[in-house]
Amino acid sequence: MSDYILELKGITKIFPGVKALDNVHFSLKEGEIHALMGENGAGKSTFIKVITGVHQPEAGEIFIRGQKVSIKNPKDAQNLSIAAIYQHGTAYQHLSVTENIFIGHEKMTKLKTINWKQMHKDAAALLNRLGSSIDPHSVMGNLTVAEQQIVEIAKAISTNAKIIIMDEPTAALSKRECEELYRITEQLRDEGCSIIFISHRFEDMYRLASRVTVFRDAQYIGTWDVDGISNEVLITKMVGREISQIYPKQDVEMGEEIFRVDKLSKTGYYKDVSFSLHKGEILAMTGLVGAGRTEVCQGIMGIEKPDSGKVYLEGKALSISHPSDAMNYGIGYLPEDRQKQGLILDWSLGQNVTLATLEQFTHGSIINQREERQKSKELLERVKTKALSVFDKASSLSGGNQQKVIVAKVLNSDLKVVILDEPTKGVDVGAKAQIYEIMSGLAAQGYGVIMISSEMPEVLGMADTILVMKEGRVSKIFSEVKSVTQEQILEAAMNT
Amino acid sequence: MDKIKKFFSSNIREISLIIVMIAIAFFVEFRSGGNFFTGENISDMLTETAVLAICAVGMMTVMVTGGIDLSIGAVMALSAMVGGTVLKNNQSVPTIAIVLISIAVGIVCGFINGTLVSKLRILPIIATLGMMNIFRGITYLVSNGSWVMQQDMGANFLSLATGRVLGVNNLIVIALAVYIIAAFFMTQTRTGRKIYAVGNSEESARVSGIKTGRTLTMVYTILGAIAGLGGILYVCKYGVAQGETCTGYEMNVIAACVLGGVSVNGGTGRVGGVLLGAVLLGILNNAMPLIHVSSFWQEAIRGLIILLSIIANSLIQRNVEMKALRRRNI
Amino acid sequence: MAKNITKQVMQSDGTRIISAERGFSWKRFLLQWEWMLVLMLIIVNVFNISVSPNYANVKNILNATRDFLDKAIVVFPMAFVLMLGEIDISVASIMALSATIMGIAYQAGIPMAGAICIALATGTVCGLINGVILVKFPELSSMIVTLSTQIIYRGIAQIILETNSVGGFPSWFTQVAAGKIGGMVPYVLIFTIAEALFFAYLLHYTKFGRRCYAMGNSVTVAKFSGVKTNKIKIIVFTMAGLFSAVAAVYLASKMSSVRPDVAKGYELDIIAMAVLGGVSTSGGKGRILGTALAILVIGYLRYGLGLINASSQIIMIVVGALLIIAVAIPSFRESVGNANWFKKLKSMAAKSQGT
Repeated sequence: MSDYILELKGITKIFPGVKALDNVHFSLKEGEIHALMGENGAGKSTFIKVITGVHQPEAGEIFIRGQKVSIKNPKDAQNLSIAAIYQHGTAYQHLSVTENIFIGHEKMTKLKTINWKQMHKDAAALLNRLGSSIDPHSVMGNLTVAEQQIVEIAKAISTNAKIIIMDEPTAALSKRECEELYRITEQLRDEGCSIIFISHRFEDMYRLASRVTVFRDAQYIGTWDVDGISNEVLITKMVGREISQIYPKQDVEMGEEIFRVDKLSKTGYYKDVSFSLHKGEILAMTGLVGAGRTEVCQGIMGIEKPDSGKVYLEGKALSISHPSDAMNYGIGYLPEDRQKQGLILDWSLGQNVTLATLEQFTHGSIINQREERQKSKELLERVKTKALSVFDKASSLSGGNQQKVIVAKVLNSDLKVVILDEPTKGVDVGAKAQIYEIMSGLAAQGYGVIMISSEMPEVLGMADTILVMKEGRVSKIFSEVKSVTQEQILEAAMNT
Repeated sequence: MDKIKKFFSSNIREISLIIVMIAIAFFVEFRSGGNFFTGENISDMLTETAVLAICAVGMMTVMVTGGIDLSIGAVMALSAMVGGTVLKNNQSVPTIAIVLISIAVGIVCGFINGTLVSKLRILPIIATLGMMNIFRGITYLVSNGSWVMQQDMGANFLSLATGRVLGVNNLIVIALAVYIIAAFFMTQTRTGRKIYAVGNSEESARVSGIKTGRTLTMVYTILGAIAGLGGILYVCKYGVAQGETCTGYEMNVIAACVLGGVSVNGGTGRVGGVLLGAVLLGILNNAMPLIHVSSFWQEAIRGLIILLSIIANSLIQRNVEMKALRRRNI
Repeated sequence: MAKNITKQVMQSDGTRIISAERGFSWKRFLLQWEWMLVLMLIIVNVFNISVSPNYANVKNILNATRDFLDKAIVVFPMAFVLMLGEIDISVASIMALSATIMGIAYQAGIPMAGAICIALATGTVCGLINGVILVKFPELSSMIVTLSTQIIYRGIAQIILETNSVGGFPSWFTQVAAGKIGGMVPYVLIFTIAEALFFAYLLHYTKFGRRCYAMGNSVTVAKFSGVKTNKIKIIVFTMAGLFSAVAAVYLASKMSSVRPDVAKGYELDIIAMAVLGGVSTSGGKGRILGTALAILVIGYLRYGLGLINASSQIIMIVVGALLIIAVAIPSFRESVGNANWFKKLKSMAAKSQGT
């Protein structure tokens, strides 16, 4: 009999061109909450999918209570009492809460029909047990993210799971909702479940976990007891070097005001958002996921038009009804979701880089392809993309390099203001530093830079001004960054 | 009070369809001088609609998975032609055997469609477009260009479409049976719910251990079976099977589904809604001659009503979403 | 050789050099779908020659195109529609409606040239309506919208003409379809070739074409990159409408009369031609050359089967099978490539080569 309810040894998982997990170890004690930490792209999500049988590892062994097992598909994992709550909800948006909970293991009557009555009752009981009053009949898509998460947890316990994996469950929750989740998680532990809790937040770890494991760049770094480990040590483990090194912030004299947003509002998304930006300034917009940061910036760009409010560039009011208008004025936007919003993955790098600025290479509506290739070559070299030729497919690059391609694409326009939405999300450390370098280079050249970011150190390390959003409104603007602490920002992002 | 409100909001689509139907019905009743609400007319109308309704519920299962089947008209023709040819050669074959033969042919056709979609990952619209041509071609080959006429079928078989059970036309009875089975299957069985799961998110379904490929093959096969049944009933009702039978029928069937609230993007669709969609089309077909709308106008009016109703639906949907956004109070 | 050079550049890190040129690769050149179509075209023609010795003369081969030019005219704009990841089922109904309106306009005493212009305007408006509805209601799929406008457009044609037909066009008008340059090359063939060249230019050399490809791959990326997606969608659907009307004029001239049920079912043939040509219905893929070759393959195949008096049913089966095989081949190749036994075989082959 082993001490561990779940143990993984030497797990390696290779995707075409990428090693997502490289000889990784992990062990989970019975009845513990074990935090799994690491930067985006460290391999945490792949790791979960190996445990739940979605991916098959190329090498390595899995043990449950000391017994070697093989988990070939999600059904196997379910039979081994493993359940996962994924970061990107796997909910069936058009189906009811009850159905989301019981899909795949519906309660049946004696006649082999679905026992809806029983299921609704059980669903209500499960939700009740979790202290929630969600109506089991309601449609999943109409619930808030936090409520959907509770439904997912109910789903996990409905399968009698003993090992529950939660992938960044707190990422999109308000402080109150987080407390609720902590309570539920502890309750599950007290009822005998063992929990792997994945999170970016140190707060979550301290509050819940007894041990913490860190992954970095697809590798296992180590496991420690939470008592007696400090933030600094953990960050160093996660990032791989001292944190102060990676923010190459140049001292730039801020110039005159270049850009101003005045009372921008859109029903249901954000209200009365106002701020101003100066030449050479990096303004960080932070707040919880769902606070409306991305929506505001997409409103500025004309992607989803705001209902009211004005945007000024160099003192002139702009009328923007489409992203191309914003670009013509000199406002560029690097979107949050590289793969869905930034790049055409099937296209070559060269064509991706020039998509937004085809005019530069067209003469009487014909594209001069030679000129286009030459220009994209120069741009890609400038941002130090790791690629062989401009003909390489965008899908063949790693996350960090894909991000550089989009940076090159945005930079090709004649810009005054650059909006970067989570520019380092899912980017490896090396590429991250290069992106920071580019960013502070832009500020030094007199651009106004807006950076949306959820990562506290990055915000504190790069910004001249920090704007915190909460529930669609500007909660606080810190203009003296040097004296601001993480706690103050969190306070502004979450206070109720 | 709360319950009533909830009932309305979760069935808004069905309720608005019923309102539209009632409005049309009373309008026609009034304009035609009381010719609509007669037992005979209602019975005629439902008999005419029965085959369409049967096929629509099959199409729904496919559309819920996000697919579509353009070959349904051709499958109907082929299976009916096979059944009809058997009958032509030997009128003593019992009716039930003919129906089963047609269904069997439909199953084979549907299975081929399903395999192309699930195994070879061909887009449903292309796979079924190609198969539509093939099935239609085979139909001509089977018939050798000749028709199966009323006299070839024999009175015994034809009585299937004219006979009554407890005063209700057989076709209506069969359609009702199909709907009861379908409603039961889609809401009360595990397999039925898997179809919705796959349509909502194929990825999630796979992660939760559902064999998505098998589910896809199954829905096309079910539709094939239903098309087989629909085809033979169609031929039985109209008394002739030929190469052109049911050409373009797929568009009627898809229209009934769309009216009934089935999304072409998959994931949603209810048996009740599809029934209403089919009946609404049936009422339109029946009502327009009653109020002396020239037959030349009927097609355009039908198209316009379909277009307006999908537009109205998306306006309602937008309104609902806007209300939800307002509630967030931002 | 070329490969080695690029590798060396990578190894000398530091300043990364990204190549902007790439050498000619036989593999890339030969692995194009168009070769498959050329092969099919050769097979079809060999077949045609073998069944009819008279087939193999230039005049005949050129004349045969008149059979399928009505569809060919619409295939190119349809390729654009599919390229966007959309579909237009209403093209055949637009043909019927434009032809009908041209007919009654002529009957009403408008000169033929004017009637033709009215037909073209009708097609343009029909396409524009499709486009505008789709842009105003982005949540509706183009399949559903054009399915309903398909019914409406043909319905209007029926309202106008009922079961009548309009004929008696001036004799020059029948020459539109029948006329040939030098007694050899049909006028409309010249027109269609010019049309193909125009669309090839538009798709492969202009920013409009590049943006269409981008939209087909991802509307979101295109929009975020400043592409005016709504405008492009409207233009593409309007083009489909306009060229449907052009095809309608040709068809009316060929049949020298107009009825509301002309071109019934053409939409599926037209889509099938584009798809066989390598245009993906999920958008973002396809070339005009392939589309043109596919038109010839299906067109001559039909013609050839006609030569041996093959019944139309055989033709349907062959065309359907061709379509399915064409789209199945890439996915078949992929599924074999991903199969475990194939990977093993490949690695074994690599190993044996190494030793």
